[in-house]
Amino acid sequence: MPLLTVKNLTVGYGSQIVASGISFVVNAGDYLCIVGENGSGKSTLMKTLLNLQRPVSGEIIRGDDLRENEIGYLPQQTIVQRDFPASVKEIVLSGRQGKMGLRPFYNAEDKAIAAGNMERMGITGLSDKCYRELSGGQQQRVLLARALCAAEKILLMDEPVSGLDPVVTAQMYELIEKLNKEGVTIIMISHDVNEVIKYASHILHIGKNVSFSSTEEYIRKMDEELHRKMNDASKSMIPPSLHRMAAGVKKDQQDEEGVKNDQQSEEDVKKEETGEGGTL
Amino acid sequence: MIQKLMDAFQFPFVRYAVIVGVLIALCSSLLGVVLVLKRFSFIGDGLSHVAFGAMAVASVANLTNDMILILPVTIISAVLLLKGGHNSKIKGDAAIAMISVSALAFGYLLMNIFSASPNITGDVCSTLFGSKSLLTLTSEKVIICYILSFIVLIVFTVFYNKIFAVTFDENFAKASGVKADAYNLIVAVIIAVIIVIAMNLVGSLLISALVIFPALSSMRLFNSFRSVTICSVILSVVCSFSGIIISIISGTPVGSTIVAVQVVVFGICSLIGAIKK
Repeated sequence: MPLLTVKNLTVGYGSQIVASGISFVVNAGDYLCIVGENGSGKSTLMKTLLNLQRPVSGEIIRGDDLRENEIGYLPQQTIVQRDFPASVKEIVLSGRQGKMGLRPFYNAEDKAIAAGNMERMGITGLSDKCYRELSGGQQQRVLLARALCAAEKILLMDEPVSGLDPVVTAQMYELIEKLNKEGVTIIMISHDVNEVIKYASHILHIGKNVSFSSTEEYIRKMDEELHRKMNDASKSMIPPSLHRMAAGVKKDQQDEEGVKNDQQSEEDVKKEETGEGGTL
Repeated sequence: MIQKLMDAFQFPFVRYAVIVGVLIALCSSLLGVVLVLKRFSFIGDGLSHVAFGAMAVASVANLTNDMILILPVTIISAVLLLKGGHNSKIKGDAAIAMISVSALAFGYLLMNIFSASPNITGDVCSTLFGSKSLLTLTSEKVIICYILSFIVLIVFTVFYNKIFAVTFDENFAKASGVKADAYNLIVAVIIAVIIVIAMNLVGSLLISALVIFPALSSMRLFNSFRSVTICSVILSVVCSFSGIIISIISGTPVGSTIVAVQVVVFGICSLIGAIKK
């Protein structure tokens, strides 16, 4: 039985639908990447998977051995955290809260698990350091250790490398791959398709067309798409009036929109990178 | 000078007043860090104005024990303000501003229209800026202060780790199964109770100082949540104690003296923090 089965899911806020027709399956040990343009509903889908908001329609079926709240979560950083006085140890330990119920204080087991996960992420030496004084990569490791304290089997990551420089980004991907090889199932949101296809086993693309496939298949489809686009491009060398007659006005408009979207999302990405980079 | 202090401490009610002052200082500093980080520094002001309004209503209605009215009204406002923080149409700071000024206005209006007291300005002034001295506290109020501070202390200690988790990352806490909403509610109730008891010490207008300054000062010096919390409690107690002593010696109003001491300590802490870096 798969860990997670999603059937014809529609996500959104209240009556406002952000993305629909999402179906996919996650098996133990998978490495699933969710890609799509900005605003296509990636984060909304993730919040729905985490139970932070209700699905508009459709089903999310958990496997027998995956209880509610057993999905670890690596969120994007919030503004509050940038000046929060908290030590690494305190943050990693707080990952255990979900398992504690009403018990007010951490016990020896909690502390051992936290220490183990800090070791795993290579941040044991930082345990008394202040979170806000760490580098971006170190902060991500802290949050990853906390997520592992909350859940061992499956981790959901929201743009884990956003704002990191190329070297640290590569290290982060390696770390995630290592976790995946150790048996942790990974679901990751990313806008950088070219980077994640090196690591992922499955790709879920959401947006206007939703597609779920293994990475090989996804690459094959992308190649086909590329060829088709190149053909279209060569057609557009013909004077526009003739082209309209040949292909119909509607299709032309669609292509133009596609190009505009692509440019926009690239710009957004750049903005994000520079904005985040300043604070590191 | 010392003689004057010794004389003052001869009286039991002076000693009680000092103990109350220290207890209030202790409680009020507990949640400072949380409020500063949640960008709710001004909630103290907003709530204390609500409490002022409730107090006006209570005095007009001639309630013998005004806490019966003030406490629930303030708690309800706190819950509404903290809950509405993220998704209401009126954002956090605007909501606080709105509630606080309207409560203040209606409170003053009521007191002016209905009050039988010959010295309205004096009454209003002492609720806004704190009593001229703590010594005017009735023994009933002193006991209520003891009990409430004690409850606040216990609740905060028991939920300390959960309050940290929820403040640091609410979404993560929720996703991992923590009842974040319930703990936010607890935070709101504790804040309201603290505001109501602290009003006796420094008055409605100066409460924010008591809540925020110790946290800000210790955030200059320390790096972990636990050390910041402990340090702000110590700073708050020391500042309030010395403020009360100074006010007894020099006859200055208690509330503003304490706040003045807080400001000086904040300056010193910022300086030390800057040098450390």
